[in-house]
Parts: sequence; C-alpha cells; structure tokens
Amino acid sequence: MNDRTRVRLTVNGQPESVEVEPRALLADVLRDNLGLTGTHLACEHGVCGACTVLIDGEAARSCLVFAVQAEGSSVTTVEGLTPPDGLSPVQEAMRDCHGLQCGFCTPGIVVSMTAYLNDHPNPSDDDLREAMSGNLCRCTGYQGILAAARQAADRINAI
Amino acid sequence: MSSPVAARFVGSAVHRKEDRRLLTGHGQYVADASAPRMVHAAFLRSELAKARLNSVNIEAAKSAPGVIAVFLWSDFHEKFGEAWHGMLGEQLVVPPPLAIMDVRYVGDPIALVVAETRALAEDACALIEVDYEPEQATVDYASAAADSNVVHAAWGLPSNVMVEVPFTPMSADLDETFNSVEHVVETTIVQNRYLCVPMETRGVLASWTPGLEELDLIVATQSVHETRNFFARYLGLDEGAVRVTARDVGGGFGQKMFVYREECAVVLATKLLGRPVKWIEDRLENLTSAGHSRNELGKVRMAITADGVIEAITVDHVADVGAYTPCPAVMDPTLLPGPYRIPRLGFSTQMVWTNTMGKAAYRGPWMFETTAREMAIDVAARQIGMDPAELRRKNLLSLAELPFTSPGGKLFQEITPLETLEQALGMLGYDEFRKEQAAAREQGRWLGVGICVYVEPTSMEQATLATEGATIRIESSGKVVAFLSTTSHGQSIETTMAQIIADQIGVGYDDVTVVQADTQSTPYGPGTGGSRTAVIAGGAAHDAAVAVRDKVLAIAAHMMEAAPEDLQIAEGVVAVRGTPDRSLTIKEVATQAYTNAHTLPVDVAGGLEATIRFKPKRFPTWSNAAHVCVVEIDPETFIPRILRYIVSEDCGKMINPQVVEGQIFGGVVQGLGGVLYEDFRYDTDGNPQTTTFLDYLLPTTGETPLIEIGHLESVSTTNPGGFKGMGEGGAIGAHAAVANAVGDALAHLGVNVTSTPLGPEQIFELVQASQKERA
Repeated sequence: MNDRTRVRLTVNGQPESVEVEPRALLADVLRDNLGLTGTHLACEHGVCGACTVLIDGEAARSCLVFAVQAEGSSVTTVEGLTPPDGLSPVQEAMRDCHGLQCGFCTPGIVVSMTAYLNDHPNPSDDDLREAMSGNLCRCTGYQGILAAARQAADRINAI
Repeated sequence: MSSPVAARFVGSAVHRKEDRRLLTGHGQYVADASAPRMVHAAFLRSELAKARLNSVNIEAAKSAPGVIAVFLWSDFHEKFGEAWHGMLGEQLVVPPPLAIMDVRYVGDPIALVVAETRALAEDACALIEVDYEPEQATVDYASAAADSNVVHAAWGLPSNVMVEVPFTPMSADLDETFNSVEHVVETTIVQNRYLCVPMETRGVLASWTPGLEELDLIVATQSVHETRNFFARYLGLDEGAVRVTARDVGGGFGQKMFVYREECAVVLATKLLGRPVKWIEDRLENLTSAGHSRNELGKVRMAITADGVIEAITVDHVADVGAYTPCPAVMDPTLLPGPYRIPRLGFSTQMVWTNTMGKAAYRGPWMFETTAREMAIDVAARQIGMDPAELRRKNLLSLAELPFTSPGGKLFQEITPLETLEQALGMLGYDEFRKEQAAAREQGRWLGVGICVYVEPTSMEQATLATEGATIRIESSGKVVAFLSTTSHGQSIETTMAQIIADQIGVGYDDVTVVQADTQSTPYGPGTGGSRTAVIAGGAAHDAAVAVRDKVLAIAAHMMEAAPEDLQIAEGVVAVRGTPDRSLTIKEVATQAYTNAHTLPVDVAGGLEATIRFKPKRFPTWSNAAHVCVVEIDPETFIPRILRYIVSEDCGKMINPQVVEGQIFGGVVQGLGGVLYEDFRYDTDGNPQTTTFLDYLLPTTGETPLIEIGHLESVSTTNPGGFKGMGEGGAIGAHAAVANAVGDALAHLGVNVTSTPLGPEQIFELVQASQKERA
C-alpha cells in the first residue's frame, strides 16, 4: 500500500511531478502535495461537488479520481481559473449576485459553472438549474448561484 | 445638533469583503491549515447503539505503519479539568472525550489514533478489535420516558427523562375556556429529525508547545472566545495561554456553537504528544456524530369560538435529546401562541434521552413552537371549516395594537404579523389561487397552499448572550481596522459591520478592514448565533465608530481652531460646515494623533482608538415574517413540487438587503429540505440509515423554487441602527409553510397532515390510509 508511484501532470499550466500512494486521491494530492487548498472536500463520496476540478477541460470530482489516473493530464483548479487581475466572469457574477455565504462549496460551484458555460454558450434558465444541480450549497438556497449563472452566461455571450 | 456624518453604505448591497478570497480558492478553513511536525487523528467509533465494552485491543494498531499513538479513555483519565461552557452553565458537562466502559450511540468515540497521515490513522483504526456486549437500545423518543432500557443506566440514572415540566396553566381559566367554546381542536404534531449539515465538517488543528506552554487552536467554530475559555478551564491554563482562531468557517447553523468531545480528545492528544494534531471530520462522522436536531412532538389543543377566535392554546411537548446533548435547545413553550392575540396558554415539556446522536442547536432551536402552532392552525381550519388564511387574519396581532403582552409573558412591540401576512397573500394573489386550485382539482391536479406566520426572538439575553464588543482604530494612514467579537461562518459580518463603521466615521467602505475570530486581538464575544450580529455586534460597531469619530472631531477641531460641533466628515475629509475649503483629511488628523500627540490639548490623549461594549435596551429584539408556499403533488408518483414560495418579512432597517435576502433564501431551503427531502433515520436498534448524501438528501438547484421576498421595515428601538436579527427566520417559517401546503393539497382526499417528513413515500401512505378509512 505504501509503494509510491510517480505521477506527472500539469496543474494550472505548471508541470508537476509528485510521488504518491496508488490510493491517493487527486483532491488530496492537489491539497496536500501541491498546497492548492482552494479545492475543498465536503463529502468524499462524489455527491456534493465541492471538490470539482477540470481534467483536460472536463469537470470532474477530484474525490473520485485517483491521482494516478490523472497521469499526463492537465488539471485546472479554482486557483487556475482566476485571472492575474480581478475575477473571472463567473467569479464576478457570483460576487454580484451573492452566490456565496460561507464560501466552502464555492470553488466547486465556480469550476462547475465555468465548465458548463464553456460548453453551453446559450443556456436556458432550466438548463442552468439542471447544470448546477450537482453542487450542494447549504447557505444560499441557490438563488444567488442561479442568478450568477444567468449573469455569467449573458456576459460571456455579450463579449 | 445634526449628525456630522451621513449614511452612505447602510442600506445598500455593497460587494462583500469576504468574496474575493473565497471565490479564488484562498479562504482559510481549518482543513487548509498546517503546522510544523503536524500529525493526523482519526476516531474509532462505536458500531452499536448500546453495548458494554468487554475489551478494546489496540496492539496491532499501535504497531501499524505511521502510527504515533493510540489513545483510549485510560490515557485521558484525570488529564483534564472542568468541561463546561459559559452559555450553558456548569451543570451541562461535555461528556468524556472517549467511551469509558460502554457505548451509548452509534458513533460514540472509543479510541483516537494519531498517525503521520489521516489515511494511516484510518488504516490503524481498522486494526482495533472491540469486544462488545450488546444491550437493548432505546430509540423511539415518544416512548422513551416509560422505557425500562435506560440510556444512562451506567450512571445510575433511573429513567430516560432528562427534564420534565408538568402541565403548567399560564392562565387561571384554561379549563373553563376549553369547556365553554364551540370548537376544541386536538392534534399531535410531529417534526422529524433533520440536521444542520454545514458543507464544512467539524475540524480542529490543536498545537501544544512544550516549553512555551501555550495551546493554539484553529477550529471550525461559531465561537472562538467560548472555545478559548472552555479549554483554559479544561487544561487549567490562564486564558492568555490559549489562542483560538477561525478565519473562515464553512457554515455552522448551530452545530458548531459549542465544544465537542472529539475536540477535547484532540486537545488532550496534542498536550500528551507535544506536537500539533489535526482532525478533520469526514461526512459519515458529521452525519452520525455531530449534533443532531429537531425531532420533537407536541399534542396541541386549541379552544376556538364559533366565529373563529382562538381563546386558548396548550401543548404537551416531548423532545429527543439523544444520548449526550451538546446543547439541549428545544421548543420554547412560552412562545407557542406566537404573534397571535391568543389570551390563554398552558404547557408541559419532557426531554428524553435515547441511544442516538445528541441534540444540538439548529437555526431557530426553539422553533417547534412555530411548527406545532402553525400546523395545528391548519388542522383547526380544516376541522371547523374555515379558510386557514381567514383564521389567521382573525387572530393575528397588527402593529397598531402593540405593545401586547402574551400569556407566555412576551412583550411584543415593533412587529407586523398581520401586515406581513397580507403582503405575502397579496404577492401570491390568494383568492385567485383558491379559484385556480378548485379548477385544478376538477382536472385531477393536487395543488395546495400553506401559510406560516411567526415571531422571532432575536438577540436574546440568556447567560453570555447579552453583549458584544468592538475595538476600532484609525491607523496613522487614515485607514480603519475594526476588531469585532464575532465569529463569522457565512454571515457576511466583515461586510455589514464595515458598512456601519464606514458610515459612522465618514470614510469609504473600502477603507475599513474587519478582524474577527481571533482571541488574541478581538474583544470577548459569546459566538455568532441566535440572530445577534446585526443588533448587538452592530450596536458595538456603531458605538465604537462614534467614539472614534468623536476623537477625530476633537483633534481636528483643535487643528483647525474650530468648534467640534461645527465639523462634518464625509469620504475621509473633515470640514467646517459651510466652509468646505477649511478641511483636513482623516490621514492628517491621524498623523497628528499618533506622531504629534504632545501638541494636543491636555484632555486629548492622542491615538484614534476606542473599545466599546454594547447591550441592547431591551431583550429580545423581535422580528417577524409570514411565509406562503404553493405545492403541487403528482397524483401518480406522489412527488411534491414547490411552485411558488413567498416570504414577507420585517427585520427593521436592513444593513444590506442582499445579505438579508441571502439569509432568508438559505433558511427557507433548509426548512423546506427538512419537510420534503431530509430525514435522518435510525432503525429500531439504533443503526443510522442515512449516512451519505445519497441517503440524506439535501435540496439542490433541481428542487429549489424561486423564492419571492417582500420587505416591511418597522424600525427597532433596541439598538442605534434600528436593526432586528433575522438569520434564523427562514428556517423557522419554512417547515410549517411547506407541510401546510402539502396538507392543503391533500385535504380534499380527507388526509389530515400532522407530521413530517412529507416525501412521496409518506404522502403515498397518507393517501392510502385515507382511502382505506373511507372505504
């Protein structure tokens, strides 16, 4: 169990090489080995979506992915979605619409919303409701999150 | 004299100060913290609800890879002192950190393993062999009082009754009233067990440094100061030797208000090991072993006249407090009449132990009074053949007839119960809805509307709760730092308090930084909970800001050779009224205050800093709201769906309307979740059945309706800002509103809804039972 494996992957554009146990989860490697603590763990059984990251551009739950499965892939976390100055359109919309309170589920929401809007440029309100239903939030009652998804979709389209 | 400042930020939806770090992944939660030489903890927990521990064999675990230590009760025995909280009193002691001779619920911690990683600690837990002698568990709280299987038999207790208050008539003519009215309604209302479920689980990083002899705790808590005071007593240390911080906390809702036994065990581990120990709870533990909530029932009786005047209400109440209760907060029966003109009251209360996880606070911990009354009113309306809105209208208090003293001794003023009901019914178009409902029934569609009206006692006075403190300093740069006694876990406190402070000093919102949740720098506060921040912490922030502003004015007046009362401050500039060219920036005043204090008059000490404690003029500060919910139930699948959800609320003056609405949204969705989706279940042997998010279902965007909010603002006079608390209301009102909507949708089938949850399974059973009864 303690036999370690070397995993090479790109995280937020940076090439990384880490030695991990085969059972190590991608989420734990991002947090513990690479110090990227923006990815949060809230259920560790793949339901809540707090740990969502992009793997080669696709949203994935990093608590359900072994780090060794990410060998050779490109991983983007919430830290990597933040522009050098200011906030991304999704982050800005979340702030404008009060889409977060305690902030714990927020990184997963930002990543999921970003991934969905990248692939679906013209979503309806029902589409957004469906798209965000895989991320649990206990503070906002989702009103601000759905409003943010709408605002972000509209702004991205206007650009 | 007119005020030297003008409000610019209070009342507006400014961007939250918290958001940038939280949106970019730079929040600082306890799981994100680390320390040199840190090791990781995991608990071995009981798999049985009630059993003697014949033996616990830890030999294999001790020699497992990476294991630093394995602790049992015997390792902690006599290593700690007093274990109580200021808010709960010395009588309510936190239970031993680990089980001693027996276990009393599934999840009861038996051993603590400390290892180099959490995974290795968990591996070692799996190697511990426990020999249990199982005993019959007590799970059903309704029958626990008479159950001969006693949860705490090992302590020599004779029964499962923790607290019993016999029936207490609060009005002399209660019996005559019930004997003389046209209608006596009697119904037993049952509210299910549902939980806080903060997205961040519990956790602590505890660091005891030998030689330094200080304890440093980073902890997911709602109260850093009470946590510090607790552990100072627990380890026999001066308070100054314990530092507790909590920069970001991922939700609490009451669950993180008090210290738990697990945190005690981790603190003892760091003390014994002399190196930092971190414990981050997993979701299974959070669902089974962090404070549980609700789970109360009451037999409600109402005496109602022929024309619908409620003359009396009584309840016989039973609450489940589990095996060890972190906070035995249950229904406040004196609040049972709520915001109604009901003149007579009586109640009994029983709190019983069961072999389940113990009860903690959850957003409106006393709220079963609202669920019981509001669900009973709908039962009454059905029984006497009156519309439930009309029955409420007839009995609700309105602003014009206040003050009013209820039979429970509550003095109501500055609230708008009838007014919020009318606003909410107007937003729905209640009369039109009734027509639409009748037409829908003709087509075989089951539509229903539910109402809940309540009054919320915010900013209560009990024990430590009456006061908060603030230290505000204008630095030599002219920027403002506010040190507050609060411990935010999502309430936007950095934002709302900065709005108040900026307005009162006359600087920009961006010029104010708020520091909180650090016992080494901030004034004492009992913790963030009980809807107290706007009123009490807001009062402290207001008064401290005014005190600092007065210093600015005194020094500026000296510098400009003007009278302080002739000065005004706006956007960081102090100017003589009517003579704007005679002005100084706050930075210039601050420079004088700090670096040329010797030039100031003898009675001006220099520096720009003030510490103020604030206590409201009266307790509590009442707020109120009316909720109206429309549901449709699918007659084939029995799945209920909320079509509209309306809240009319009155929290006085709003500091930040977006934050107010966010609190309402979140509370409402927790309340409706507890009716339609969330239900924590044990089997009859006390085995938890809903231990993942696939079994314990939280609402998602897929089920959550659009929530419509109307505001009334009757200003409170308990505090300088005119604010009222409102953080718990959404969760208080939603439960009965949704349950009543389901009840209304099923009423034409002869179903009488009196209990929750109300998922498709329960609705199916109710409809089946009603059809059988009719057949």
